Amino acid sequence: MKPAAFNYAKPSSVEEVLGLLSEYGDEATILAGGQSLIPTMNMRLSAPALVIDINGLDNLNGISDEGDRLRIGALTRHVEIENSELIASHAPLITLAMPSIAHPAIRNRGTFGGSVAMADPAAELPACLCALDGEIEITGQNGVRKVVAKDFFKELYETDAGDGEILTAIEIPKISAGYRSAFDELARRHGDYAMCGIAAHAKVDRDVLSDLRLAFFAVGGTPVIATQAMSAMEGKSVDDESIFAAQSALEDDLEPFDDLHCSATLRMHYAKELTKRMLTTLSARN
Amino acid sequence: MPDTKSMIKDHVLDRPNSYIGRSVPRPNAKRLLAGRGTFTDDVKLPRLTHVAFLRSTYAHAEIVSIDVSEAKESEGVVAVVTGPEMAEVCSPWVGVLTHLEGLKSAPQHALAVKKASWQGEPVVAVVANTRAQAEDAIELIDIEWKELPVVADMETALDPETPLIHPELGDNLAWQRDLDAGDVDTAFANADHVIEETYISNRHTGVCLETRGIVADYNPGEDQLTIYHSTQAPHMMQSLFAKHLNIEEHKVRVICKDVGGSYGIKVHSYPDEYATVALAYMLKRPVKFIADRLESFTSDIHARDHRVKTKVAVSNEGEIQAFEIDDLTGIGPYSVYPRTSGIEANQVVNLTGGQYTNPNYRARAQVVLQNKSPMCQYRAVGHPILTLITEGMVDDAARKIGMDPLEIRRKNLVPDDAYPTTAPSGLPFENLSHHASLYKLVEMMDYDGLRKDQAEAREQGIYRGIGLATFIEVTNPGPAFYGVGGAPISAQDGATMRLDAKGNVIVEIGVTEQGQGAEAVVAQCAATALGVSMDKIKVIAGDTDITPYGGGTWGSRAAGIGGEAAVQAGKALRQNIVEVAGIMLQCDPSTLDIRENNVVDLADGNERMALAEVGRVCYYRPDTLPKDYQSELVVTRHYVPKQFPFAFTNGVQGCYLEVDTNTGFITFKKYVVVEDCGTVINPLLVDEQVRGGVIQGLGGALYEECLYSDEGQFLNGTMADYLVPMAAEMPDVEVGHVESPTLDSELGAKGAGEAGTGGAPAVVMNALNDALEPLGGKVTIQPFTPERILQAIGKI
Repeated sequence: MKPAAFNYAKPSSVEEVLGLLSEYGDEATILAGGQSLIPTMNMRLSAPALVIDINGLDNLNGISDEGDRLRIGALTRHVEIENSELIASHAPLITLAMPSIAHPAIRNRGTFGGSVAMADPAAELPACLCALDGEIEITGQNGVRKVVAKDFFKELYETDAGDGEILTAIEIPKISAGYRSAFDELARRHGDYAMCGIAAHAKVDRDVLSDLRLAFFAVGGTPVIATQAMSAMEGKSVDDESIFAAQSALEDDLEPFDDLHCSATLRMHYAKELTKRMLTTLSARN
Repeated sequence: MPDTKSMIKDHVLDRPNSYIGRSVPRPNAKRLLAGRGTFTDDVKLPRLTHVAFLRSTYAHAEIVSIDVSEAKESEGVVAVVTGPEMAEVCSPWVGVLTHLEGLKSAPQHALAVKKASWQGEPVVAVVANTRAQAEDAIELIDIEWKELPVVADMETALDPETPLIHPELGDNLAWQRDLDAGDVDTAFANADHVIEETYISNRHTGVCLETRGIVADYNPGEDQLTIYHSTQAPHMMQSLFAKHLNIEEHKVRVICKDVGGSYGIKVHSYPDEYATVALAYMLKRPVKFIADRLESFTSDIHARDHRVKTKVAVSNEGEIQAFEIDDLTGIGPYSVYPRTSGIEANQVVNLTGGQYTNPNYRARAQVVLQNKSPMCQYRAVGHPILTLITEGMVDDAARKIGMDPLEIRRKNLVPDDAYPTTAPSGLPFENLSHHASLYKLVEMMDYDGLRKDQAEAREQGIYRGIGLATFIEVTNPGPAFYGVGGAPISAQDGATMRLDAKGNVIVEIGVTEQGQGAEAVVAQCAATALGVSMDKIKVIAGDTDITPYGGGTWGSRAAGIGGEAAVQAGKALRQNIVEVAGIMLQCDPSTLDIRENNVVDLADGNERMALAEVGRVCYYRPDTLPKDYQSELVVTRHYVPKQFPFAFTNGVQGCYLEVDTNTGFITFKKYVVVEDCGTVINPLLVDEQVRGGVIQGLGGALYEECLYSDEGQFLNGTMADYLVPMAAEMPDVEVGHVESPTLDSELGAKGAGEAGTGGAPAVVMNALNDALEPLGGKVTIQPFTPERILQAIGKI
């Protein structure tokens, strides 16, 4: 478990990173928190010619209040987000999700941008961004562009960020009045990748939900926004009947898969169970 | 039962200022906490090289050709060695023992010759200046393989159409044992109820924090091999390395410094470790092998892959009338050397149902070969399986007749006053305390209170279950375990104790420290028997050049056997010291004793002379002693259990858990273990042994499983996919004790290392099935995953 030999660069500006990316193409890889990259290199599942360590780019760090939205630098560590008052006040869904992201040691090093850029289908944050309509800021040779979350996650481990581009920040709209968030996942052990997870967000009027977002993770190649279940629930009171309707609609929304720890059947069962939990939690009766 | 304590004058448990039964802090804990331990990878020698192994990616494939030319030219490479080249230096072995009659296996080499028989078998060794360079060179080796049909499923391993792994053996059956005791057929024919079931324990492995590691150095100047090894049995390894490299044993020194967990994983000999030693011998320079986590999963031994069909007969009144089991286990392509892969099944046959009065018992065990990682002994060998099926059968019987699981156990467990007794398998049990242990457990867990809570919870749709699991443990093994079968494994152990000139004491001991506190326990025994304080004692273990020849640490023998050797050495040294002190003090030595580092009057404890003074006179001024007197301040004493083949011991586990019937997740509400390990030397260490053992057992019960494809490919060989138990999900384990000392030793200590692991799967299964019964659910396949639980109750 020793990585193949590689070159290492630690640039001090995004421009320098972009220069190296254009020079090395897909032979280069970006090192942020290293929580996914380093194991794969040690296992020789990846053997980049150049590792570009972006930990010297201080301007990619931190959380800022941008009026109606929060801006989170790509290098911001999970632990900082977990402890952030700004995030807790304006994007509580992210705060709810944080304890489920691996373990404290991993959250100390792992970065928000790294998790989003990795686009692991079982990761929590991509689904949260889909639920919140977060935007991903991508910087390339042609400048800066923003992509809404649901369009950013393309396929398994594939995102809208192209060759020569780097994820520089994530923006999340502040939660509006009357809205609530909820989060849950089912993992074999606390901190494991989930067998099934859900990020939920809705406008709540007593027990009536509207503008509902249900974003699942670990049930497909990307986060899955359960549009059928959402519309089944739209404007309805949370009760046994509406919950059942939403659960039934998941059969159309989700195409779960088998893996070593969980069959597709179990995933679908869990998706329904979590839907029930989330709708009940969102309802103002709780 | 005679009371040896009253029979032995100067009994160690009567010593003043005794450390026996006290939670003395481990003397080595500070060193380890300070990060100053010496694990194998910490050993760095001049001119050190590193070996990495190209391992077979196929479960079964013939080696057509190997091209190493490019690898040999790779940067930093010192040597590239293939199987045939290795075989010229290191002879093959066959993992059989004569007392497991009929057990067969094929010759196994350090590096595969002609064909590889499991995914992970080492094929080519690359030695380089760094491990990374060795791994680089491995990628340049070109092997042409010819795939062979794979025997993956143990259920079909014996079918006539299944190909043979070793055609010269004639079949894929490594061993079979049949046992028939009492009158099983009549018992089943006359029984009120007969319940049949199939229990499955899936294959898992012991995951050591420190992976296997070895550093070997050959000095041609003195024809000396020095081997630093993360092992449990240094003298066994010395013997094996000497034999297979054809070197005299005393020219092989095995040094075992700190070990980061072993659990039986490090009590076997491994091809890659022989290869590392042979490479050092070939290259005449030190070679280091540290197994990485990925190769550990496919090269460490696995264990516990069993399918057992069970049948139990019970009367309407709850009398268990017969047990019958049919155990099938797949052990990989070779029986592991030298302890063999038959022992686990042998334990299942020997001990299933052994705690119950029922005399009618029939067992069959079939041990089959397959193309998966070799299986062998792992902590609590066979116990998790045999306890699972025994206690599963007992609950099956109780459920059938509507009897409470506690009541059926009370009715059928061998009475405590019936010992000594003999199990249906013929094994003698000295003094077990199942009833006393169960009584204590019931009090500790408040069994009746839990039944009430369970009933109330059920009314609210909450499903909780209580599990009980009584068990027998094999500890303090004598020569019956391995020695009689021809294995070079010492059953006895010795302690050498030396009083130095300043009154300090060095203890050299044959058992080894694995992180469990063996050194502390030995020090407590030595200090108590001699009469000195712990700070005066230094324990040296794990060096074949220094310590008495011994068996090492396994089978819960370190405290019971090593501790007794230390007791006897301490008593003998005390005798020698008071003898010379009597001369100096001009008094009868029998009126003297040693307490708190001083020679004292036996009668009133009055201080007569410091031990430092004894040392000073004996070493620096022996001219002041009589001319015809020679003092002896070094003694060696040995111990081996003689009256019984093993110090069988016992315990019981109880747990209370809640099942989320929507997710299949479980939450522990209570977990209690009552353990009888005889004399408790260090309560804290024993409790932590039990707790650690429970957690390891729960790993197998709930999470751990070596998953294989039909092609024999190991599917989950990373820490992300192979799930070990973690703190967040684990219960707080309460531990209680009953003490029934073995009369086979003065100390009376039995082992405690197997208790937690042996009973955990059974107690969890029984609790789960108690919880699921009203839903018509029953789980029988370990690990008891959420998916299997939901399937059992028809939720998915």
